[in-house]
Amino acid sequence: MSTVETVPERPEARDFDAIDRDALGAPIKGPSAMGHDPRRMLGLAWTMATSDFKLKFYGSALGYFWQLARPMMLFGVLLLVFTVVVRLGNDIELYAPTLLLGIVLFTFFGEATGGAVSAMLDRENLVRKIDFPRMAVPLAVVITALFNLALNMVPVIVTLFIMGADVRWTWLEIFPLIAALAVLAIAVAMILSAAYVRFRDVRPIWDVFLQAMFYASGVLVPVQAIQAEFGDRIERIMMMFPFSTILQQARHAMIAPSHPTALDSAGAWWVLVIPVAITLGLLAVGFWYFNREAPRIAERL
Amino acid sequence: MTAPGRTRGARGPRRRTLYPVGSRMTVPVPPAPAAPAPSAAVDRPPAIVVDGISKTFRIPTEQAHTLKERALHPFRRSKVRQMRSLRHVSFHVEPGEFFGVVGRNGSGKSTMLKTLAGIYGVDDGRIFVNGRMSTFIELGVGFNPDLAAFDNVMLNAQMLGLGRAEARRRFDAILEFAELQDFADLKIKNYSSGMLVRLAFAVMIQVDAEILLIDEVLAVGDAAFQQKCFDEFERIRESGATVILVTHDMTAVKRFCDRALLLERGTVVAIGDPEEIGDRYLDMNFSSDARQEVAAEIAADTDDAEDAPALGGPAPGTIIDDTDRHGSGRAEIVDSWVEDGSGRRVEHLPFGSPCTLAMRVTFHDTIEDPLFGISVLTDQGVTVFEPNNLDLPPMGRFAAGETREVRIAFASYLAPGRYHLTPALCRDEAALEWFDRRPKMHSLLVTGTVKTLGTMHPPFTLTVDEATDDATTGPAA
Repeated sequence: MSTVETVPERPEARDFDAIDRDALGAPIKGPSAMGHDPRRMLGLAWTMATSDFKLKFYGSALGYFWQLARPMMLFGVLLLVFTVVVRLGNDIELYAPTLLLGIVLFTFFGEATGGAVSAMLDRENLVRKIDFPRMAVPLAVVITALFNLALNMVPVIVTLFIMGADVRWTWLEIFPLIAALAVLAIAVAMILSAAYVRFRDVRPIWDVFLQAMFYASGVLVPVQAIQAEFGDRIERIMMMFPFSTILQQARHAMIAPSHPTALDSAGAWWVLVIPVAITLGLLAVGFWYFNREAPRIAERL
Repeated sequence: MTAPGRTRGARGPRRRTLYPVGSRMTVPVPPAPAAPAPSAAVDRPPAIVVDGISKTFRIPTEQAHTLKERALHPFRRSKVRQMRSLRHVSFHVEPGEFFGVVGRNGSGKSTMLKTLAGIYGVDDGRIFVNGRMSTFIELGVGFNPDLAAFDNVMLNAQMLGLGRAEARRRFDAILEFAELQDFADLKIKNYSSGMLVRLAFAVMIQVDAEILLIDEVLAVGDAAFQQKCFDEFERIRESGATVILVTHDMTAVKRFCDRALLLERGTVVAIGDPEEIGDRYLDMNFSSDARQEVAAEIAADTDDAEDAPALGGPAPGTIIDDTDRHGSGRAEIVDSWVEDGSGRRVEHLPFGSPCTLAMRVTFHDTIEDPLFGISVLTDQGVTVFEPNNLDLPPMGRFAAGETREVRIAFASYLAPGRYHLTPALCRDEAALEWFDRRPKMHSLLVTGTVKTLGTMHPPFTLTVDEATDDATTGPAA
């Protein structure tokens, strides 16, 4: 061991007051929603979602089966109720896949938004310990829900084949429709995840809202059945809500042409401006609100 | 004055690469900006400049977390306590420096780290960072025990700022650096602590961070784990990265840091040589004078309206709890304190030095032959020592209005720790009459490095007798 002090290699500390502040570039800001690079944020959200997805199926032999069990169970019960007990579904062409498609799309929306509510708290250990674009958190929840949706679409297709539905080009319409639904889910997820940090009763409020939405949005009873019973007005009002509009169009595209398009159900094009405006409005509000809250989320948790 | 063989003296010249010598890197990573000679470092901008930052937390005293509460009382402003964690903190860190931030619990170190890391925004002031920064508040933030190394590395590396493609490209290099190639598919819950440390540090180093923020949490765990962390510190410091280590482990500061900063109640007390800072820190821990100095400085700060509550335990020497005080009041203990060997009033004493317990007594009545006593209690309330004049000749008569000082001197072998003192004044004639008794009126801190679980540690000798056949020294037959 050397007993002689070597020449100090460390740089001498300069005088603090002599530092030229203007030469330093911009000061750092607190955590932001998007970060410097939106692509990095997307990549991070994707990684978070894929590792969540892997964890879900880790250690279960029948992982995929359990994934399907819940929506299929609900589907079985409802199918029984509406074809045997109430017999409402019997007037509708291919009621079984109609119902299942509704359940699957609704499950996606419920998972994405319901999961987003407490997402920040669930990832507290990350949020409080590292500066990363906060938007990745709600986005990862929506992406995970999209993975689940892809799995859940398999029984929909299988049911369509079993029931003898025609394979049509319009099936491809499902992709832009799911994209639109995802945009809606992201908008809501941003608002809910940021609001929950401040107000914990967002959770029960949203649960109740989702439940109401399940019954009101036409998942169980397609619009043509409502139209037959109550006339055009209710049908038109339903087409003002983004989820119902997307669902209706998806049924027209996937199930059978006898299901009216969203436009037919709405009666006039201007009615469809409303769900588009709601979606874009929520997206703008959600983005603004999330951006505003992002820097303080860590200290409020 | 540097002791021979000290780490700093023995350190070799700094290398400006991010790998240790002999590492078998397969993927070349662009080296950090070159700093050929220390003299040239002056031309480079500082790695970090913190320019007068302040941070206040608003802590609602009544939690209004639900909408219902808001709806019922829409105009009631919830009461908020301002807690000022950082007050006009300024310092800078040179590129390539190993910089320590030390302070007691609640001094603002963690807040400082989190503002530097960009986790908290600041209320006032600016922070400039020159270079890529990587935060290390926890060992592998976001590591999930149920996932294999790949997924954990991907997540961690992206958290630390790499893009997805970049993280994937460097995965092999990270594993190689951590020497874990053979364990890539193993779930990390099956890793040993050493493997986990290596993996976490490897990610941090391989994200090309030029500035590393490291929290003291790394210092938790057993000695072997700490040693592994310290080994990694050594590697990092050799790589030439700028490191900011937040800790209250003075050994680490003295061992690694080039400079250090001492925080107390959110203000900078001193910046400078780690040895000096280490001493100031110990001073801060054991002396209320040093703390009061800081408190006075804060009080003098006019734009600081907060009446900060004292952090941590009560300062030694203050009256902790006087609710148990009892007595007839015919005589009164007006003051009580501890003196060191030279008669100075102190609140802390080095282990093994002479000690004097003192009290000042005012008599409101004429009292004959009173008893004076001061009990010494441990933190747990066990009486260690109870000197009084019970067995001494009678003290005689004290007139009303008289004030006298009583001193009890002894060679103290109290083990290091905190003690509470209970001065008492009574008379024991027909029945015991308390004039004044003030339980745990003040406390005394004995400092030192004696390792003992006992409360006393007087000098002693220990001998082992010679081996002998004599049956009397063995166990009874």
